[in-house]
Amino acid sequence: MEDKLETIYKRFKENEGNLISILQDIQEEFGYLPEKAIYWFSEQLDVPPAMFYGIATFYSQFYLKPRGKNVITVCSGTACHVKGSEKLINSAIKELELPEDSNTTEDGLFTFEKVNCVGACSIAPVVIINKKVFGKMSAEKLVKELREIKKNE
Amino acid sequence: MNKHIEIKVCTGTGGIAAGGLEVLERFQTCIEQAGLKAKTLTGCLTHRVGCRGLCARDVLVDVIIDDQKFTYQYIKPDMVERIVEEHIINGNPVSEWLVTEDYLSFYNKQQKVVLAMCGEIDPEDIESYISHQGYRAIEKVIKGMSPEEVIDEIKRSGLRGRGGAGFPTGLKWEMARNAPGDEKYIICNADEGDPGAFMDRAVIEGNPHAVIEGMLIGGYAIGAKRGYVYIRAEYPLAVERLKKAIEQARHKGYLGERIFGTDFGFDIKIKLGAGAFVCGEETALIASIEGKRGMPRAKPPFPVQKGLFGKPTVINNVETLANIPSIIIKGADWFASFGTEKSKGTKIFALTGKVKNTGLIEVPLGITLREIIYEIGGGIEGDRRLKAVQTGGPSGGCIPASMIDIPVDYESLARAGSIMGSGGMIILDETDCMVNVAKYFLQFTQSESCGKCVPCRIGTKRLLEILERITSGRGKEEDLKKLEKLSNDIKASSLCGLGQTAPNPVLSTLQYFRDEYEAHIFEKRCPAGVCRDLLTYTILEEFCKGCGMCLKVCPSGAIIGEKKKPHKIIPEVCIKCGACFEVCKFKAIKRG
Repeated sequence: MEDKLETIYKRFKENEGNLISILQDIQEEFGYLPEKAIYWFSEQLDVPPAMFYGIATFYSQFYLKPRGKNVITVCSGTACHVKGSEKLINSAIKELELPEDSNTTEDGLFTFEKVNCVGACSIAPVVIINKKVFGKMSAEKLVKELREIKKNE
Repeated sequence: MNKHIEIKVCTGTGGIAAGGLEVLERFQTCIEQAGLKAKTLTGCLTHRVGCRGLCARDVLVDVIIDDQKFTYQYIKPDMVERIVEEHIINGNPVSEWLVTEDYLSFYNKQQKVVLAMCGEIDPEDIESYISHQGYRAIEKVIKGMSPEEVIDEIKRSGLRGRGGAGFPTGLKWEMARNAPGDEKYIICNADEGDPGAFMDRAVIEGNPHAVIEGMLIGGYAIGAKRGYVYIRAEYPLAVERLKKAIEQARHKGYLGERIFGTDFGFDIKIKLGAGAFVCGEETALIASIEGKRGMPRAKPPFPVQKGLFGKPTVINNVETLANIPSIIIKGADWFASFGTEKSKGTKIFALTGKVKNTGLIEVPLGITLREIIYEIGGGIEGDRRLKAVQTGGPSGGCIPASMIDIPVDYESLARAGSIMGSGGMIILDETDCMVNVAKYFLQFTQSESCGKCVPCRIGTKRLLEILERITSGRGKEEDLKKLEKLSNDIKASSLCGLGQTAPNPVLSTLQYFRDEYEAHIFEKRCPAGVCRDLLTYTILEEFCKGCGMCLKVCPSGAIIGEKKKPHKIIPEVCIKCGACFEVCKFKAIKRG
């Protein structure tokens, strides 16, 4: 871990980075923000860990816990909302059997999230499964896709 | 005989989701294979192009042979072979896959200025932009115009900020130019946060160099050597194309030191937004670029006086900047010939919701909503009744169907209780509940409120609670008054634009759709059939054939009945999901 953090630190120095870019780099490397990494940078830069925590919790992009192997994102922008994204959300939560207090399944296979808008409104409702964009999604199609992934795991 | 053959495949986010890259690849392999047989195909070009607007019909493909252009719609990879064989080799277009007449009506009323090159040029190739007069505007500016002349030209054009508020761009530049200080910045705001809007994404994906050139001209005019693009990380394709474009521009010498051999130097850095709607507000955006929590601060001082790192800073929206090169090349008078007296030029809208042709449109300001919805949009899906047009996202309002003859310009939309906003235009029909729409936007603003000032942090929460109460059937008579009073208080006392505009969706729906609120409160009924808690589902015995479809889809086991005999719903078990309603072929399920 230390090596990777050193590289991020070097990049930060070279590119006149800031706390956000450090957090983005850490997340890019580890998939989330490990507590250890935050403390390491806190010491290097002499910035209290609370500063990092404040930023990480302000922006929706940062995750404090590891994410699932497959990431399912349902867009809940206005166009998707009026075209029934709520149904997609409900059927995904049911299909994945998400625990109440977390958006990642217990086996770590799936993370499910809603986002404000992915800007693909003309093909609403939109779901992104592992970075692939699916337009004009229906609850049946979504469940089918999810079962397909489960089968292959 | 060597024909000139070009194939253009739409690869915007919409195009890619529909399989654009696979279609492009298929064309390339099919042509390569066929090229061995037919000599006519040597020199055939396949291009990726950005969004051309009508994403609902993706993948759209242009096949241009000599000067004859044919456009295909809904193309899938397995259809490519036939097009290559019949059309490209044998010269007979596959007529049943060509776009239909209504495709053309989508474009007839449009006026493409900013989007003129989207769908024509290859966004990943700077030469393609250069061959369309690209970087000629900055050359003209650097070699022959003083910064004051540039500002004057932009002022005369009447261009106003396309991010929503409509501040005159030339004036903003002048204020930054006149602000004391050697170091100044120009920021391109590409943090398109309004849900239901994707204009900026499409512009950057389709023509990133126009934005870069606009920033260059702005930088020259205000005296900035450095620009930043603050762009959403949720737009990976736009980020990638912008990065590529900046690298290419540097390589060509349009960015860097001594541009066109003069003393003017300028470079651009990309900053990725980390996901916060409030960062669309200028001072919050600046805080975010500086690496802090994106919280707004009180103004004045305005960013043009004291902005990024405390220096004078201009923040312009993507679409605003993309307008600049054509204004310089074609002149302020040309630009001002579009639009109305106070709203010049064109505006891009993301036309979405319950309209037939969803997509990206660019229209002259002053066009009516009716023209947009019925002529460009092709009318309402399923020929249902139009209820309202939502513009301006969470900061805007809902304009009722009775008012769709108003012109689309900054002032008229404001008078109707909405705003121009950045360009989201969501069409709502009779199946949409306006109280639910207001609740949707309040959920959004409440969760995106940064929490710095009390009226916004607590006020939006209280507003949302009242709306939740009303939509769940627990509304009280005094709630309507409370909503109004609270809304006006939040508007008057919030620190930044987010809070000041957050109550707009509530106020405009209260103004035009009060009867819907009243039905929820007094009759405990949702007229549009949306609010779940107010719905009941029953089976009409006389229509039920006992096919068992509803029983099969019901997730809670609330439906009972024997095959071929009328079924029944047990109200206590029913979770009101509506699955049975949708699946019934005999209209035997009543929702009310």
